[in-house]
Amino acid sequence: MKLSILGARVIDPCSKLDQVTDLHLEAGKIIAIGAAPAGFTPTQTIEAKGLVAAPGLVDLNVALREPGYSRKGTIASETRAAAAGGVTSLCCPPQTKPVLDTSAVTELILDRAREAGNCKVFPIGALSKGLEGEQLAELIALRDAGCVAFGNGLSSFTNTRTLCRALEYAATFDLTVIFHSQDRDLAEGGIAHDGPMAAFRGLPGIPETAETVALARDLLLVEQSGVRAHFSQLTSARGVALIAQAQARGLRVTADVALYQLILTDEALVDFSSLYHVQPPLRTRADRDGLREAVKSGVVQAISSHHQPHERDAKLAPFGATEPGMSSVELLLPLAMTLVEDGLLDLPTLLARLGAGPADALRLPAGRLAVGCAADLVLFDPTASTVAGEKWLSKGDNCPFLGHCLPSAVRYTLVDGRISYEG
Amino acid sequence: MTPIDAKRPLQLNDQGQLRHFLSLDGLRRELLTEILDTADSFLEVGARAVKKVPLLRGKTVCNVFFENSTRTRTTFEMAAQRLSADVITLNVSTSSASKGETLLDTLRNLEAMAADMFVVRHGDSGAAHFIAEHVCPQVAIINGGDGRHAHPTQGMLDMLTIRRHKGGFENLSVAIVGDILHSRVARSNMIALKTLGCPDIRVIAPKTLLPIGIEQYGVKVYTDMTEGLKDVDVVIMLRLQRERMSGGLLPSEGEFYRLFGLTTARLAGAKPDCIVMHPGPINRGVEIESAVADGPHSVILNQVTYGIAVRMAVLSMTMSGQTAQRQFEQENAQ
Repeated sequence: MKLSILGARVIDPCSKLDQVTDLHLEAGKIIAIGAAPAGFTPTQTIEAKGLVAAPGLVDLNVALREPGYSRKGTIASETRAAAAGGVTSLCCPPQTKPVLDTSAVTELILDRAREAGNCKVFPIGALSKGLEGEQLAELIALRDAGCVAFGNGLSSFTNTRTLCRALEYAATFDLTVIFHSQDRDLAEGGIAHDGPMAAFRGLPGIPETAETVALARDLLLVEQSGVRAHFSQLTSARGVALIAQAQARGLRVTADVALYQLILTDEALVDFSSLYHVQPPLRTRADRDGLREAVKSGVVQAISSHHQPHERDAKLAPFGATEPGMSSVELLLPLAMTLVEDGLLDLPTLLARLGAGPADALRLPAGRLAVGCAADLVLFDPTASTVAGEKWLSKGDNCPFLGHCLPSAVRYTLVDGRISYEG
Repeated sequence: MTPIDAKRPLQLNDQGQLRHFLSLDGLRRELLTEILDTADSFLEVGARAVKKVPLLRGKTVCNVFFENSTRTRTTFEMAAQRLSADVITLNVSTSSASKGETLLDTLRNLEAMAADMFVVRHGDSGAAHFIAEHVCPQVAIINGGDGRHAHPTQGMLDMLTIRRHKGGFENLSVAIVGDILHSRVARSNMIALKTLGCPDIRVIAPKTLLPIGIEQYGVKVYTDMTEGLKDVDVVIMLRLQRERMSGGLLPSEGEFYRLFGLTTARLAGAKPDCIVMHPGPINRGVEIESAVADGPHSVILNQVTYGIAVRMAVLSMTMSGQTAQRQFEQENAQ
């Protein structure tokens, strides 16, 4: 298949490319930018005048829910939703049933993802067996099966010594460890940020220190073990300040935030809507502003959806009895474009935080738009708008943005030169 | 971008009357005063030989209690009976795993039996809001206590107690003492006092029992009992649950009593005509000395009496607001 994309504003933040030009694709790769190679006759052309062509988005955390929770989502449904959000590569977390701690589960996920063919899927393996924090998972077997990094989610290790050993073992083989730093004891029983809103609504709180205490400890252990580390889903201004300090003293750590944390605050809990029940929780306006600044400065390299689709019943209960998480990957690009609309980021910087930033954090072969690279692209109209939920592909409709009119509209998502979504 | 919330307040109908009674937050002073005035008029009913008025004749009120209660449940039952309603009381035990489902299914079943009003007590903050919004919008929901969030009828009966004994709220100093963090009564009282114009609201507790950002309620925080009680007109004591001794909130009941127990000696620092209140059940020797609980300043038993009148007021006002709204919606549909 030979494809030409004509007249798009082509942006590749890595090579500082930003110009209106043509792209030519063959055999799943970008073979030319600008003039077509001699003798190249496309079998298909896309008239892309007015559209932006950028590296396909890379989402570091999309719960695909399979195996084990297909009532909430399937690999087919959630990768389709991701493609609609402009995503071409995604990482799925290990919280499946059975837990993603064996090569069998890894292979099952990769097989189904290939079958679905909507996105490239890079599984994150469990760092400990069953995510129980006691015994190491077979990390090398998992790596060889296709896991790109290892994490334990919000489940803590039983003790710091075991965690420390896990990091040393991972460091031995240059594996990347993903932290969701939250102190189990400080967070225990909590369902909302421990601040005036939770106090007002009588919701048990999770203090900011649940994040910062664990983060400070984890950073010191990373420094000691020399492991490659990525800190995921930061929620607090003081948390990103700790990351910035570590980076400033030369520690090679990366970080991501959930996109919704850059938009929402705990003020959203005023009506007890379970749509805003997320873990770790939405925090204050000051925290949100701190996260936004960190994304702007590059302390936080990646913005991810932290997509968690749920069935209706999971959200149909009083706030504290509902399951946490938002279904949001489908809106990744339009929702992220609000950051450009707000003047926080320019478009190339946003695209870097959604492409090369996350790809580099986990060393994924993605996030670039250059000759010879895989033709993983998103084409979107920056002047159009998306009414969230007008069509909806995710199995979970637990998304508080439904009904909102968001900037930009994804027109095409291409994976290896093949159109995986057309809007 | 902030979440859209152009909705009419959940607990009010289009005319601004109550159709549910979920929380005192967001209710205007006039409405609170109307509840108190109505309750005042019902107090007289309790003094009659025949203690009934026919306001809710033919209506069915279901008390659905997912948490234990004696006083609140009984006074709700009596209030509904005095309004001539049919009353059913269900004590639903909560199984921790399927809390949400139990709640949803239980209430839908009751709704199918054509109940007109639910009085709900539930351990989760926001449970009453959830029911009013998602489960039974056509049934009037009265919050009989939800988690740590609100206990609005207790709040109003405390306000009635204060108004009847102090005449108003304008020049009062009120101290709320004890476990503010876990108390829905304290939250409802702070909101009610502020709305009704009380200029000096104090809370007295150790830091472990104070929620973060409590100052937003417009209250002054004291950690010393003597200082906090100085010249107050009203003292509201809160019940201290025994399980607070674990997890490092407090060392012991003895130490709490030593520091925050209401004794005759401590009360001497308050105004000579001050009143002492408690939502019950009281822990003698833990938060309050028997001599105070049974003494001349105590209005604890009056609170119980007023509780029935306040609940009658809330039940009748809410039922009328809900009925008006349903009629209005039916007419609109036609």
